[in-house]
Amino acid sequence: MPMSTPLLAMRNIDKRFMGAHALAAATLEVEPAEVMGLVGQNGAGKSTLIKVLTGAHRKDSGEIVFAGETVEFASPLAAQHGGISTIYQEINLIPFRSVAENIFLGREFRRYGLLDWRRMNRDAAELLRRFAVEIDVRRPLMEFSTAIQQMVAIARAVSFKARLVIMDEPTSSLDEREVAVLFDVIRQLRAEGVSVIFITHRLDELYQICDRVTVMRDGRTVMTSRMADVDKLHLIAAMLGRDLEAVRERATGFQGTSAAAGGEVLAAEGLAVGRKVRDARIEVRAGQIVGLAGLLGSGRTEVARAIFGADPPDAGAIRLMGKAAAPTEPVDAIALGVGFCSEDRKVEGIVPDMSVRENITLALLPRLTRFGVVDEARQRAIVDRFIARLAIKTADIEQKVRELSGGNQQKVLLARWLCTDPKLLILDEPTRGIDVGAKVEIQSLIKELADQGLGVLMISSELEEIVEGADRVFVLSDGRTVADLPHAKSTAPAIMAAMAHDLGAISADGSDHG
Amino acid sequence: MADAQADVRAKSPLNPANFLRRYAALSAIVVLLAFNFAVTPNFATWQTLNVNLTQVATIVIVSVGMTLVIATGGIDLSVGSLMAISGALAPLIFLSPFGRAHLAVGNLLAFVVPVAVAGLLGLFNGWFITRFRVQPIVATLVLFIAGRGIGQVITNGNLQTFKNPSFQFIGLGRVFGVPCQVLVMLALVAAAAWILRRTLFGRQVLAVGGNEKAARLAGVPVAPVKRLVYAISGLCAGVAGLVVVSINSSSDANLVGLGMELDAIAAVAVGGTPFTGGRATVVGSLLGALLIQLLRYTLLANGVPDAAALVVKGGIIAGAVWSQQRSMPS
Repeated sequence: MPMSTPLLAMRNIDKRFMGAHALAAATLEVEPAEVMGLVGQNGAGKSTLIKVLTGAHRKDSGEIVFAGETVEFASPLAAQHGGISTIYQEINLIPFRSVAENIFLGREFRRYGLLDWRRMNRDAAELLRRFAVEIDVRRPLMEFSTAIQQMVAIARAVSFKARLVIMDEPTSSLDEREVAVLFDVIRQLRAEGVSVIFITHRLDELYQICDRVTVMRDGRTVMTSRMADVDKLHLIAAMLGRDLEAVRERATGFQGTSAAAGGEVLAAEGLAVGRKVRDARIEVRAGQIVGLAGLLGSGRTEVARAIFGADPPDAGAIRLMGKAAAPTEPVDAIALGVGFCSEDRKVEGIVPDMSVRENITLALLPRLTRFGVVDEARQRAIVDRFIARLAIKTADIEQKVRELSGGNQQKVLLARWLCTDPKLLILDEPTRGIDVGAKVEIQSLIKELADQGLGVLMISSELEEIVEGADRVFVLSDGRTVADLPHAKSTAPAIMAAMAHDLGAISADGSDHG
Repeated sequence: MADAQADVRAKSPLNPANFLRRYAALSAIVVLLAFNFAVTPNFATWQTLNVNLTQVATIVIVSVGMTLVIATGGIDLSVGSLMAISGALAPLIFLSPFGRAHLAVGNLLAFVVPVAVAGLLGLFNGWFITRFRVQPIVATLVLFIAGRGIGQVITNGNLQTFKNPSFQFIGLGRVFGVPCQVLVMLALVAAAAWILRRTLFGRQVLAVGGNEKAARLAGVPVAPVKRLVYAISGLCAGVAGLVVVSINSSSDANLVGLGMELDAIAAVAVGGTPFTGGRATVVGSLLGALLIQLLRYTLLANGVPDAAALVVKGGIIAGAVWSQQRSMPS
């Protein structure tokens, strides 16, 4: 790649929030037609840097040069008109309006003072076709999958004649096939001379799609390198600021062998829920971590919600703690000793305006009351104990939970369930979107809890988490349990083959499946 | 970590600007009081205080229930009509042959039955909202419209006048010189504030308003909590209806509680309870109602016509919303 003048050069960017450095002399350079990865732990300053670039935040000092000119955008909208478009994690388009409307929102074509629908629909369809997306652009956006919605967001960005597209964790809600399509789109953009800043937590993706990577830590830029010149371990070391040996020792928090499994805490057979789950089977014993693997859309979350009573199943039998159970509301399952951490921390987990204390005791509270009045002293003692036990970083127990980092929010949610002393804990993507340090902490905590006799059902999209963490793995494909692998046989190739519903490949791999 | 430090700082002692924003209603009340002591003739008298408190009491009583409803992210438009129903039922009971024959029992029933009916109608609101997932503003619109009709039907559209001192104690009586309805008001405010802060139900109300999905997954019985909140709002409206007809010595289903829903909502808004739910301050609603009342009194006492006072009232609500927006985290 010609190292001529960069398209974007952010130099010595400083930004303080109430005295604390969010960015300290941070730097970011992007060449024309380059895909630049941007990684770092939560709180490393990635989002702040992007927000300074797009005008959502003001920088305190430093210089931003874009396309040869010093710029300081007043707002994300101004940045968009200046050629920088951002696609956020949560797609911020209008679900009820049509695809075409969303693409042309704010600059609709007009004809004789009326909206020129025909032209908008035609242009929108053409735009999407460039990315190999063939859909009816007159349908409301919400009828399409997240992946398609993301393509629409990208098409909208491109239609703004963007020269730089920023993607903030675009793959977090896509399955592998959709990720592949997204990567094709990114390559297409690059071929057309558009640069991309790609923020992700998944290191594999960096190697697949990025030309270079910038690593941030504590508000500083600590490394910029071509992808070809750096291996994963060095990347992790740069993000964590630890030395290599330390990183190698603790790849995940799941270490050591597990104790013998105890009695059955969950057995589900022939579960069917809606269209997504057809015939799922699952079994968890006390002291066991059971992994539930499968591609996105394979029905993992739906199975978990059915067991928890959040969306009761249409068919099938569930046994909890050895007894037949048919929870129709979460409160039924909770009464039997089940806890459930949803994959969507913000939407279904935390109550953002409530304090850490109130969030932790939300599920336990009915047991902490006498005649409906909360026993404040006991509450306080329990909250203090779990904050210490899980090492939750919070200014004090009255701090609002929305002010905590993602990892600490997740710990608060774990504490919410652990303080109810559950026998079965269902964890849906327990480490998604959490920085590497907190991730390892949470993984070792799960392991520790299982060693103490808790039955854990863990859903994860990260293969290594399942491979290293689970004592037994159930693989779902298209709503059916297609494999039941003991720890020894749950290798990455075996799980992937099962996900692809290709049982022949498992035997070919050397592991004889039942 | 950088964000942890920032959090600590955010908790640091209040600076004057934050203080003003947080206690905007209280500060405005203090300013208005100072102004009145200086300018308005005869302001510093018991009579002025009692007149103002008496006028504001019904609004506050209704806004206690409204605060709880809004804390769940809902709204209750039916309160004014429920007041009319409760106000129409009470005289029907104590003026009935049975009520005249058994004065004590008649008066007791004249308190209990109307309030219970208003509570049940509130429960109906909650049932409607939770059973059919109707938006609260639409669901409570049903009784907002129908309720006043019901009130007129049960009284045949007649104005009921009466003189019943023991019943009217709730609107005209005094305890140690303090009007009875002011005591009722203070008791309800204190009770609701305590419920929100100290009880399981209070926490569940805020959890439902703060994040309904998360609350359900944590075992909070979302639908029962909502139903109860609307029932409480109905009960409060029922009490307020009794106070109003007692003061007037008459009950006109056409007029009792007219526009009350908006006064109560305004008090809640000015008091600083956000309409998105999840946070609530009953004391704030009390202060909000007091502020609106005091402002109106100040203008009237200084010769400004009522029409202009309405405009100022709108201005206060706009100001309250503005100060809330400012205090939201960016």
